[in-house]
Amino acid sequence: MCLAVPGKVVSVIEEEGLNFRRGKVDFGGVLKEVCLAYTPEASVGDYVLVHVGFSLSVVDEAEAQKIFETLREMEQLEELEGP
Amino acid sequence: MKELNLTCPVPRPADDVIVLAHGGGGKLTNQLIERVFLPAFGCAPLEARHDGAVLSVSGLRLAFTTDSYVVRPLVFPGGTIGDLAVNGTVNDLAMCGARPLYLSAGFILEEGLPMQMLRGIVESMRAAAERAGVQLVTGDTKVVDKGKGDGVFINSAGIGAVETSLEIGPAAVRAGDAVIVSGDLGAHGVAILSVREGLEFEAPIQSDTAPLWAPVEALLEAGIEVHCLRDLTRGGLASAVNEIATAGHLGIQITESAVPVREPVRGACEILGLDPLYVANEGRFVAFVPERDADRTVDILRGFSVSKDATSIGRAVEAHSGVVTLESRIGGHRVLDMLSGEQLPRIC
Amino acid sequence: MKFLDEYRDSATATQLARLIRETVHRPWTLMEVCGGQTHTIVKSGLMDLLPSEITLVHGPGCPVCVTPVELIDKSIAIAALPGTIFCSFGDMLRVPGSSKSLLDVKASGADVRMVYSPLDAVKLARANPSREVVFFAVGFETTAPANAMAVWQAEREGIGNFSILVAHVLVPPAMEAILASPNCRIHAFLAAGHVCTVMGWEEYEPISRRWHVPIVVTGFEPLDLLEGVQMAVAQLEQGRAEVENQYRRAVRREGNRPAQERIAEVFEVAPRKWRGIGEIPSSGLRLRERYRAFDAGERFPVGGGAVEESSECIAGLVLQGLKKPFECPAFGTRCTPESPLGAPMVSSEGACAAYYLYGRRSHEGIESDLPSTAPSR
Repeated sequence: MCLAVPGKVVSVIEEEGLNFRRGKVDFGGVLKEVCLAYTPEASVGDYVLVHVGFSLSVVDEAEAQKIFETLREMEQLEELEGP
Repeated sequence: MKELNLTCPVPRPADDVIVLAHGGGGKLTNQLIERVFLPAFGCAPLEARHDGAVLSVSGLRLAFTTDSYVVRPLVFPGGTIGDLAVNGTVNDLAMCGARPLYLSAGFILEEGLPMQMLRGIVESMRAAAERAGVQLVTGDTKVVDKGKGDGVFINSAGIGAVETSLEIGPAAVRAGDAVIVSGDLGAHGVAILSVREGLEFEAPIQSDTAPLWAPVEALLEAGIEVHCLRDLTRGGLASAVNEIATAGHLGIQITESAVPVREPVRGACEILGLDPLYVANEGRFVAFVPERDADRTVDILRGFSVSKDATSIGRAVEAHSGVVTLESRIGGHRVLDMLSGEQLPRIC
Repeated sequence: MKFLDEYRDSATATQLARLIRETVHRPWTLMEVCGGQTHTIVKSGLMDLLPSEITLVHGPGCPVCVTPVELIDKSIAIAALPGTIFCSFGDMLRVPGSSKSLLDVKASGADVRMVYSPLDAVKLARANPSREVVFFAVGFETTAPANAMAVWQAEREGIGNFSILVAHVLVPPAMEAILASPNCRIHAFLAAGHVCTVMGWEEYEPISRRWHVPIVVTGFEPLDLLEGVQMAVAQLEQGRAEVENQYRRAVRREGNRPAQERIAEVFEVAPRKWRGIGEIPSSGLRLRERYRAFDAGERFPVGGGAVEESSECIAGLVLQGLKKPFECPAFGTRCTPESPLGAPMVSSEGACAAYYLYGRRSHEGIESDLPSTAPSR
């Protein structure tokens, strides 16, 4: 369940109040208007997870990197330890 | 905690009425052909299950094909139903290795269709025919009551001259043959959807509708031993290779990371939950050639703008006859089956 | 595409697979709850990368599969009413009710439209004031904020010709029902990552404690699933049973508060019948009193009535993860995606459809013919 796709916020419209906060989100070159009411902290340049036209979460870029850093460190350790 | 109840729905037959999926280019379409059309009309050219029929008439080899065009919307980024009507039929002929020569066009027009719309479609057909080097030599017009048609339906038949002595079709495919795709996938289907679903693109995705005889002709003239050609239409790459695997009694293995898909097309497919391997194309084809000819085939194809992104994506194999498998990006494997019905956008 | 492509990287997948192999010493059975996770697993052939000690079982994470037959019949009855525009996500259109699907009734002339978002249905209602626009509000907690907002906006704007047919289901009660079943053989769960972006993971902590099962909140890309499996197996091997978060880039423990508030304002918890499982108390959502006017179930007193069930489809056992689809006697013969007996075969997320489309090879002897995904790669 729950196809939610990450996209980059490229514009935000706030005039009509928080509940109608919306913006354009870029998914690899496809722009879609998304309701941003549930991510009041999302601003232009942030990545959000979008499900049925609503952003549900702002992607934490630092956390997103961690798995790759951890695995890289593991690999380096192994190389140092030798066969 | 009480025992969980097990319930299940009553079975529902799928073959008492025609449903939209019968036109989807996938399993149901093929079932319809097998269960209704072949038993009535069966003959060798039909049984060959190729895009067109290659016939011998007084010592000449001719290719003959027909196709109907029912696309909605009638006009979309990159073309109109008219472009599809010309290019689609031209391409069916090209896939038989035939030089496309003459087309017919039968129009079914809905009462109330603006004349301006019809003129626009006809003009795009004129331009497409000129580009493809074919002449529209005969036609027909019918008008149906308002509400009985989608504006315009076009049927187009085509005749071409088979100048090669090669027998091009699924039966000629051999284990070890390379599978080469002529370019990136999914543009046409996404262009259509972008109108229907209101998708906006930074740079609008254009339908890839285009005539394909020029690159095919180049392959034949270069002496490439072309075994099979198939243009990718409804049902996408997956349907086309499945049909060939079944008709050719071979297995086919595709490498997912080798299949070209442009980023905006990927983005559209991601948000709608669609798989690009099943999305419609109108100006792309696959070629099955001997492994030794694979590099040369790709080089020749890349010399044409319509096939500039041609690349090798897999091979035919002896194993798992009739089944297509896919090696995923992460190195796992799965069966790449034909679609059963329409591929529907999903949220799940 | 950023935050997608990196999570499909082959070299990293191989590394994670190796890590899993080093962690595993005993056979373990894990259940991934969400249909979207099932989809990724079979689509990417993830099983090929896992050691044979690990069995992945697919849970009832497909809201399409678990929507009760009565509700589907009701949706069809409403769609067939003259003047109605019935809107639904694509997933629901093919699922058979007791005799038809929404696509069938569309073929007979009903105005059934596929929408991408519930707000599209509200837009349709605004643009067509003389028509009744009904939206099929199916989904887990992930979709509830969107559906809540649609009703909230319709109420604020006084759009009286809009209503929703509610079929929301909640994950934690379903997990507990599975754990409580005497036949349960699940050792650990991969919880649905997107459900948790909304709800957080606090409500899984009591479940983990009560049943002593590890629960790892997991994302949807191949690397997410591999990491989730690795974390679950590490817990099992160490004898731990906690809730951990693999999907750190998207999920926080408290979840999305504004979304939860909107859900709580519009909906309340209610009992819900799950197709193939039966009624589970407090496992669904219904509209609160204040918004009851938007309930299509009450607005349109059509459909309903007792439903004949066939005993051939073992959807219930499959949805609980007790049987694999290919163990069903009808699988691939009387029950196929073209002529489904049950919902798991219809939905692209359903376990049966997933197996039919992607998993057949191991049962048609194809597996041995494939190039091997050898550990040394």
